[in-house]
Amino acid sequence: MGYATLLTLVRGMSGTEMSEPLLKVDDMSVSFKTDAGDVRAVSNVSFEISPGEVLAVVGESGSGKSVTALALMRLHPKNTETTGQVMFDGMNLLDLPEPQIRSIRGRDIAMIFQDPMTALNPVFSVGEQIVEAIRIHNDVSKADAWAKVVDLLQLVGVPEPKQRAAQYPHEYSGGMRQRAMIAMAICNDPKLLIADEPTTALDVTVQAQVMEVLHDVQEATGSAMMLITHDLGLVAGSADRVQVMYASRLMERGSTDEIFYESRNPYTRALLASIPDLESVKDKLDSIPGNPPSLLNPPSGCAFRPRCSMSVPQCAEAVPELVAFGGNHASRCHLATEIDITTGVNA
Amino acid sequence: MSPDAAADVTAYDSGALDDIRADEPLLKVRDLVKEFPIRAGVFRRQIGQVQAVTGVSFDLYPMETLGIVGESGCGKSTLGRSLLRLLEPTSGTVTFGTEDVTAASKHRLRELRSDLQMVFQDPYASLNPRLPIRDIVGEPMQIHGVPKKEARERVGDLLQRVGLLPEHGNRYPHEFSGGQRQRIGIARSLALRPKVIVLDEPVSALDVSIQAQVLNLLDEIQTEYELSFIFIAHDLSVVRHTSDRVAVMYLGRIVETANRQDLYESPAHPYSQSLLSSVPIADPRRERSRKRILLQGDVPSPANPPSGCRFHTRCPIVQERCKQEQPKLQQIAVGHQVACHFALQPGETLLERTEQLGRGAQVASS
Repeated sequence: MGYATLLTLVRGMSGTEMSEPLLKVDDMSVSFKTDAGDVRAVSNVSFEISPGEVLAVVGESGSGKSVTALALMRLHPKNTETTGQVMFDGMNLLDLPEPQIRSIRGRDIAMIFQDPMTALNPVFSVGEQIVEAIRIHNDVSKADAWAKVVDLLQLVGVPEPKQRAAQYPHEYSGGMRQRAMIAMAICNDPKLLIADEPTTALDVTVQAQVMEVLHDVQEATGSAMMLITHDLGLVAGSADRVQVMYASRLMERGSTDEIFYESRNPYTRALLASIPDLESVKDKLDSIPGNPPSLLNPPSGCAFRPRCSMSVPQCAEAVPELVAFGGNHASRCHLATEIDITTGVNA
Repeated sequence: MSPDAAADVTAYDSGALDDIRADEPLLKVRDLVKEFPIRAGVFRRQIGQVQAVTGVSFDLYPMETLGIVGESGCGKSTLGRSLLRLLEPTSGTVTFGTEDVTAASKHRLRELRSDLQMVFQDPYASLNPRLPIRDIVGEPMQIHGVPKKEARERVGDLLQRVGLLPEHGNRYPHEFSGGQRQRIGIARSLALRPKVIVLDEPVSALDVSIQAQVLNLLDEIQTEYELSFIFIAHDLSVVRHTSDRVAVMYLGRIVETANRQDLYESPAHPYSQSLLSSVPIADPRRERSRKRILLQGDVPSPANPPSGCRFHTRCPIVQERCKQEQPKLQQIAVGHQVACHFALQPGETLLERTEQLGRGAQVASS
């Protein structure tokens, strides 16, 4: 791939061992203090990301997937309380003093946001913004940084990168802006890319282009990626592993195939069944009744219980533990072992 | 709808339908054009125009769902609004039954709107935050002179029909979730027992689990109230689920129309094929075996559309003729029309055609 040669210019070297997890989140909870009371947006979430892998975090709005990402970057406002541990490179990110976390953000861990128009500064040219991101972390001259920007823009598929670098965000189309964001995110050769709904604002044909760029970039740089999305189609096409969140908790995790074909969680299964299929037609969609619960006043026991077709009295009494099924596959459900995985949408 | 069936429709019927038969289109749209002026300078002088919708024609039959798909800026929402004259079309005609909607007087248009209703995309912006739900749902009946007592009863029934409780009528929009608000919007559109509802991205603001609920509800009310839908959406899977026929739009024009089976199984326009191949499928094994054609670039600006076929700047099988001559919608099979000089044969893929021409298309396989 031509990208690889370009990347030798761009990146230094990667010396991470494949066996050690790159990021290890242990029992992390995030609460916001509001006038109406404490809202627990993330409850006791633990997960790992290994170098080079793509972990998809899926869930509906309010499930806590974006809050998880922002919390481990420590990007939350002051009224937020985050507990637990986030180990990265032997450091607990949640304990690090501000200057140190700042040197990690944008260098070792970089983020791609959903809406590139609000994430880019409208009064600086795209090139200037990427130059700034490079020079904050590296002692390089402006001219060298600018040359690297042009390489980066070419890498992410921006045509005429030299001219485009001098243009402002409003002169870019939506897809091009998202490419510029990706260029900025990878400019310091991060070990972990967090992409929060990177294509939600884009049309499908442009989404396909941008996902391909992300895919190539991630493959060429060997960085790990945490892909936050509500789109199960994107997950199917690009993730190695998946974790499903619902009402602040991790409901199920496993390899992409385990989640799509052998799910042991009623929520995951119901979610998969509720998507209309592009390649076939069914009479009626299997919808999930009711609405997601309010986090201010969550139901007792399992949060999915009020909407679950399998619920038993036990579900109201205690929050189920994560039940492990070998490998990485685990499901938070009292009935996890009883679910017949030979049936289901994709089975 | 037969004359007898029309007879049992309630007293709020405008009457326009009485002489329509089921095999005749309910809504006929011919050469619809909507232009927006581009203004500049101190005096806001018009310096050009954007043709958001260019020469669109189609028929909508009784109890049918016509899906309209396309990317942002293709004119699908403008088309929806022009049909109901929420935006005044620049030219062309919309005929409902035997009556020309585009020529109707203001007064007559108001009456016609009891047959032609709309549900909007954003359930947060389309409900007045200062009105209780019973007024929001009851307002159309008040405007059309339904007696108060009867209107009140019907609001309760409607709320129940869309899956809410009659006592919800006293609450305000902010007390409801996105899915519930969309149900309220649907109840409002049903209030006058319309014949046609234009649904503009009715589920795109909703989470998947809620989306399925609303789609099922729409399905039920369509049968129950004998409705015809124009279903505007960018999500091709949702459109496949809901629509009987589908029209694909690109930069203001319809490039292909067919019944759902033909459109999804053998799309003949290169744009339809690449659009379909761009949609990710929630099935990892199928996803891995798919080859995806990546279109180059973005949709061009409608203020300055490309000459000839508007898709030629991104089309992998473009020929010289496409740049000069604009293709017309032509019938290639029963009910299947395509606007392409070099339309794909049934079973032929865009990738095969590209290779046949000795060109390389950018392909992604995930």
